[in-house]
Amino acid sequence: MPETRTSLIGSRALLFQADCPFDLVHQQRFWALAEEAAGWPGVREAVPGMTNLTLLLDRVPTNIDRLSADLAKLWESGVRKEVDGRLLEIEIAYGGTGGPHLADVAELTGQSIDEVVRLHTAPEYTVYAVGSHAGYCYLGGLDPRLETPRRKVPLTRLPGGSLSVAGLQTGVSASTGPSGWNTIGSADVAFFDPARRPAALLGPGDRIRFKPVEVVA
Amino acid sequence: MIEILAIPPLATVQDLGRDGHWFQGLGRAGAMDSLAHRAANLLLGNDEDAATLEIPLTPAKFRFHGRQAFALAGAPCGARLDGRALPRVWAGMAEDGQVLDLGGMSDGARVYLALRGGIDVPEILGSRSTQLREAFGGLEGRVLAPGDRLVPLGNETPLLPGHGLSLGLPPLRREGDGAITLRALPSTEHDDFSPAAQQAFWSTPYTVTPQSNRQGYRLDGVELTRAEIGELRSHGIVPGIVQVPGGGQPIVQLADSATMGGYPKIAAVIAPDLWRIGQARPGDQLRFERVDLAEAEKADRESDRLFAYWKRDIAALVRQLGSWT
Repeated sequence: MPETRTSLIGSRALLFQADCPFDLVHQQRFWALAEEAAGWPGVREAVPGMTNLTLLLDRVPTNIDRLSADLAKLWESGVRKEVDGRLLEIEIAYGGTGGPHLADVAELTGQSIDEVVRLHTAPEYTVYAVGSHAGYCYLGGLDPRLETPRRKVPLTRLPGGSLSVAGLQTGVSASTGPSGWNTIGSADVAFFDPARRPAALLGPGDRIRFKPVEVVA
Repeated sequence: MIEILAIPPLATVQDLGRDGHWFQGLGRAGAMDSLAHRAANLLLGNDEDAATLEIPLTPAKFRFHGRQAFALAGAPCGARLDGRALPRVWAGMAEDGQVLDLGGMSDGARVYLALRGGIDVPEILGSRSTQLREAFGGLEGRVLAPGDRLVPLGNETPLLPGHGLSLGLPPLRREGDGAITLRALPSTEHDDFSPAAQQAFWSTPYTVTPQSNRQGYRLDGVELTRAEIGELRSHGIVPGIVQVPGGGQPIVQLADSATMGGYPKIAAVIAPDLWRIGQARPGDQLRFERVDLAEAEKADRESDRLFAYWKRDIAALVRQLGSWT
C-alpha cells in the first residue's frame, strides 16, 4: 500500500491521507502541510483533519497528479509544525442530567465512576483539528482505558457544552446537534462566537484540561 | 417591505454561502438551489450573492407594504399576485397592499423570493446566510415565521418591463427520464465497495426519504456493501459528498453539511449539479452518473456560460428599456 493517497471528496475538494500512526507527531506534519498548502495558487482553504488534510479549491483540479505529488513530497520531507498553543481549563459537571451516560461508560470500561472521572481529568488534551460543527475540537490524548463503542441509538439533540467520549476520542460539543457518542458531563463554554475574532475559541495545537466541579453518579 | 402572512416551517434567508471558515468548523450554508437563487437576483439587477428567501415546499403568503420590485425563481408553485397568475420565474413590481400567494409545488422542492438589492439582514463572517445549527446569520439566526417582515437593501426601482421579466431555468430531469440525474466523481472509499455495490450505485435509482433537510438527504435503494476496513479517522467532507454508513443506505451531504465526518465515501456529486438535489423532494428518484475530472471541469464551464448568457440577455433588455424612457 502506498504511504500517501489523494482522493476527491468533491469536484473542487481533495482529501490527502497518509498511512501513519494516530499521534501528535504525525498530526504536526499535517498542520505543517495545511500551512504550506494554504498558500498554493488555487487553494481556497487547507484544513487539517485527524491525520489527514482537506484542500478546498477554486476550480476543478485538472492537475490532480501534480497536486498529489506536491503533497506527497511535502509529507515525505517530514516537516512538522509545532504549536505553542494556549491552555484552556474547562470546568465539567460529570454525570447528572448533563452527563447521562457516565454510568454506562463506567460499566463498559470496567472502571468505577470516580476512576472514570480521574482518568478523564488526568491528561492534558491537544486540539488536533477543528471541524464537524463550528468551533468543535477533535482532541488527542484520551486514556485508552476509557475507550468505548459508539451508542447504537444516537441522540438526536445533544445540547451544546456536552462532554462525550467514543472510541479513542473525547470532546465537548459546541452547539446543539445529533450525537452517537457517550455523554459523560457538561460545560459552560462558548467554543464559537461569530462576533469574536477568531470566532472559534480554540485552534489546532491549543490544549485543554478538564476540571471536575461536580460528579453526580 | 414584505410581511409574511404564512410560511412553511423551514424557510430561511440565504445567499451563496459563507466561504472561508471551514478551518473553524463552520460550514458554508447558502441556497440549496443556487441556480434559482442567482436567477432571481439577476432578474432584479442584484448581485448574484444578494440574500434571498429560500422557501421549501410551499404554500406561503406575503403582503407588500409599499410599491416595490421582487423576483421569484425555483420550483413551479402556481404563484399569484392579487390573484393574477405569475410565471414560474418572474421579476416585476408589486403595489402597496398586494398579496403574493405561493401554492403547492407541483414538482421541485424550493422557491426563492428576491427583493431589490437583497434582503436587509446583517452580514456576519462575510455572508447573510442563516447558519441554522449555530443560530446566527439570516434573520436572527432562525427560520422565518408569520409576522416577520423583510426589508430590501436597495431603494431604487429597477428597470423592468410592465409585464415583468422572465427567463428559462434548465430542466431538473433529462427528457424522458423519471429520475433526476446527478453527475458524480468516485470518492475515497469507492473501490472498497463490492463490484455489485459499485454497479448498483452507478446504475439503479435511489429514492429521497423523508429524513432529508438542508443538512443532507438520506436515500433508499440497493444496499451498498463493502469490505470491512474498520473505523475511518475523521476527515473533511463537503456538500455533495455521498457517504454510506453501516446500514448500506447512502446519505448526500448538502448546504448545511458538517465540515468533518467519518463515514465511508462512495462518490461526490459535482458542484454544478448540487442545485438539482436542492429541488429533489422525498419520493423523488436520484440516479448517479459517473464522470471524470475533465467532464466535471466542462460542467463548470457550461454553468458559467449559462450565467453569462442570462446576464447578457438581461443587460440587453434593460438597455432597451432605458433607451425608451
